[in-house]
Amino acid sequence: MVRIETLTHLMGELEDQLVVCMKCGMCQAVCPVFSQTGREADVARGKLALLEGLMQAMLDDPEGVQRQLNKCLLCGSCSANCPSGVGVQEIFLKARAILAGYLGLSAAKRLILRGMLARPNLFDRLTEWGARFQKFISRPANDIIGTSCARVVSPLLQGRHFRPLAKVPFHRQQPSLDRPASTSGLKAALFSGCLIDKLFPTIARATLQVLAHSGVGLFLPGGQGCCGIPAISSGDLATFRKLVAHNLKCFSKGRFDYLITACATCTSTIREVWPILAATADQPAAAQLAAKTLDVSQFLVGKLGVPVLEQHLDAEKVVTYHDPCHLKKALKVAAEPRALIAANPAYRLVEMAEPDACCGMGGSFNLQYYEISRAIGRRKAEQIQATAAEVLATSCPACMVQISDMLSREGARMAIRHPVELYAEGLSQG
Amino acid sequence: MISDALLKMFQKALGEANVWHAATDLHTYGYDAAVVAPVRPGVVLRPTSEEALGAAVRLCNQNGLPLTVRGAGTNLSGGTVPVAGGAVLLTNGLKTIIEINEADMYAVVQPGVVTAHLAAAVEAKGLFYPPDPGSQAVSTLGGNVAENAGGLRGLKYGVTRDYVMGLHFFDVDGNLVKTGSRTVKCATGYNLTGLMVGSEGTLGVFARIILKLIPYPVHRKAIMAVFPGLAQASASVAAIIAQRIVPATLEFMDNFTIRAVEDFSHAGLPRGAAAMLLIELDGHPTQVEEDATRVEALCRSQGAASLRVARDDAERDRVWTARRSALSALAKLKPTLVLEDATVPRSQIPAMVAAIERIADRHQVQIGTFGHAGDGNLHPTILTDKRDKAEWQRVEAAIDAIFDEALKLGGTLSGEHGTGVAKARYLEKETSTGTIRYSGRLKRALDPNNILNPGKIITSERA
Repeated sequence: MVRIETLTHLMGELEDQLVVCMKCGMCQAVCPVFSQTGREADVARGKLALLEGLMQAMLDDPEGVQRQLNKCLLCGSCSANCPSGVGVQEIFLKARAILAGYLGLSAAKRLILRGMLARPNLFDRLTEWGARFQKFISRPANDIIGTSCARVVSPLLQGRHFRPLAKVPFHRQQPSLDRPASTSGLKAALFSGCLIDKLFPTIARATLQVLAHSGVGLFLPGGQGCCGIPAISSGDLATFRKLVAHNLKCFSKGRFDYLITACATCTSTIREVWPILAATADQPAAAQLAAKTLDVSQFLVGKLGVPVLEQHLDAEKVVTYHDPCHLKKALKVAAEPRALIAANPAYRLVEMAEPDACCGMGGSFNLQYYEISRAIGRRKAEQIQATAAEVLATSCPACMVQISDMLSREGARMAIRHPVELYAEGLSQG
Repeated sequence: MISDALLKMFQKALGEANVWHAATDLHTYGYDAAVVAPVRPGVVLRPTSEEALGAAVRLCNQNGLPLTVRGAGTNLSGGTVPVAGGAVLLTNGLKTIIEINEADMYAVVQPGVVTAHLAAAVEAKGLFYPPDPGSQAVSTLGGNVAENAGGLRGLKYGVTRDYVMGLHFFDVDGNLVKTGSRTVKCATGYNLTGLMVGSEGTLGVFARIILKLIPYPVHRKAIMAVFPGLAQASASVAAIIAQRIVPATLEFMDNFTIRAVEDFSHAGLPRGAAAMLLIELDGHPTQVEEDATRVEALCRSQGAASLRVARDDAERDRVWTARRSALSALAKLKPTLVLEDATVPRSQIPAMVAAIERIADRHQVQIGTFGHAGDGNLHPTILTDKRDKAEWQRVEAAIDAIFDEALKLGGTLSGEHGTGVAKARYLEKETSTGTIRYSGRLKRALDPNNILNPGKIITSERA
């Protein structure tokens, strides 16, 4: 075991970022976890104070601090609302890495992150087997949302309604592709992302369709890995760096103008986390790639000029849009996905109350704190249902997983789609 | 250390889930928004019913455990920093709006209700709760009453004190005390409500608050005026008041703040301007429009370099975004920000602003000043890095000098942030030895064991 002085020393790295917090407490207004618990150690100001405590050796409870740090959705609501501009997520990710390095990873996390996620090929094979066997443990729950639930009482699944693994993942449907630019003169590379590849391949297919329609060249390298956010969120810097290096290598083989993803979390991870936490030798390449990484809606609206249309007030189908935190709060992208929806004349967008309130997913947060996650998600589900929409659109597959669970458990009859799917649908009908 | 026996008693009274004593909890309830040293409490109590609240107070007193009530911990004078090993009593488990009475225009709330939540709830019914402290998005009404919080609308609408009609509070023994009423007039008994407002948790613990509501103003208009010199801005404030116009808000920003806001938000503010006034009028449309025309003419005649009248809500929002971002813009310049609130009679604002500039120069510290010109409540905001020991000493000297100046001009140490621990030792300067003795006697009579937020307002040796 490394000594506590070492930890104090390591935390010292964060000092200049920590002192920026003036403890005004405004983060209490927006933190989804704090809204459920009312506990200071659950809100950014409290967590920053805990890190300060470790740094100044005023607090001798690294396990407790780690537990509190993990009790966070990394949604960025606090930093988006912070008067002093504290870089909360960056501090928390670095601190999670320092603490996991100091305390070690749990056996379960080691198995999942290092044994599986760090090995993209193995991860692909395991999930393909899973897709074949899942029907033995689960049964359909909601045919419109497309969720399943456990056949028998399961401590892992609890009462969850989950999106099953796709029968054929995207990387089997379209292993790789390299097509030059045509009419648009632009070429994009596509980063698929695990959830889209394994749960929602239709989103990737819609993206391909839209890009082909717009005359955009495409580079889709085979063997892509995870963006690394599950690893770095657990403080597993080694696996994160391995995945970044793996992906950088994949994409170094092609030439393209932009790297696009249809996953808000992948986009914000590549743009904001890769450049600062990749291995030092990889940082210049990561920064270069990050600078040309865009959400698919940003690319279509900003670079291809999908027109921002007026609302189709007479359209029959009502759709409502949920802003993923990693798109709106992290990258300030909110108008573009709405423009994609408006481009399809079959849909009328009705805004829900607080469309940018976090859905409560937060990756592993949902596994560790399902009750809190569910309470946050239920509020979201109520706001969605209050619009009486037929379709809930959102730009992040992780939000889709959470909202599917919440809506399905409420028995809602509502399809959950990605804006690019709605846009593609409009193109094929138009 | 709190004994296991006492912990068990708290758990029995409040429920196990509402008694917190993990190291991570104790560490995170030792500070508030003031720049004062944190102090670790021994236990955190979060009652979820009035009975549990009363029981918690009684248990603390019976066991001699110092007790600090805390809402959102946004206090700027250290009023919610606990006593080492003492109890922190959280009110955010008591956050029900019990009643909004439209016919009689009052609201009854529990102390943990967030200020902005009540404001929104009454606005939805066409009513208005005017006090709007800067932290209203998170601050609690219990805290607002305990600190007599102000805000931007003091000039026309007054402060929290002007809206408290009555209170239910627990005395230190846990007996429920009721004071005031739901009626506009009430002449029975001592005015204990008046005593409790601004008492900073040193005399009792609020259980329920009855707040006055007024009709929501139907029309608003915002004006932004830019001045080449401080004198012209001050003269405009004086002229507006002299013409018997009472704007809802009359806000001031100095050149340092204007530049910080412009660098931060690129809102198009004139970096060279010496001062800016942000004025909002509200009320009946005819009067608002007429007053706006007069305010415009007054500012021009006093030498305003430029004027912008917001034509619609969007433009009005832009004007107020500039004001609201003042603190953020300043906060981003340096790691530590000391937000003072020395207040002077309105007519002394030019003298006070000039004095603050001199103090900044003399002590070699950066001070941005903005604030509520209409009510004389300025916010000299000192930017520093508390790790820089030498500079911190100069900052403390500058704060002392600001206090001295405010008192010399017939003002007060704190317009709206409270005395807390940060200003307790200066209180005698503003008042008198007799005042401190009288307050001490009152405190001893009502809290013989000195367990209610000790050290706040009255320093412990005088209590």
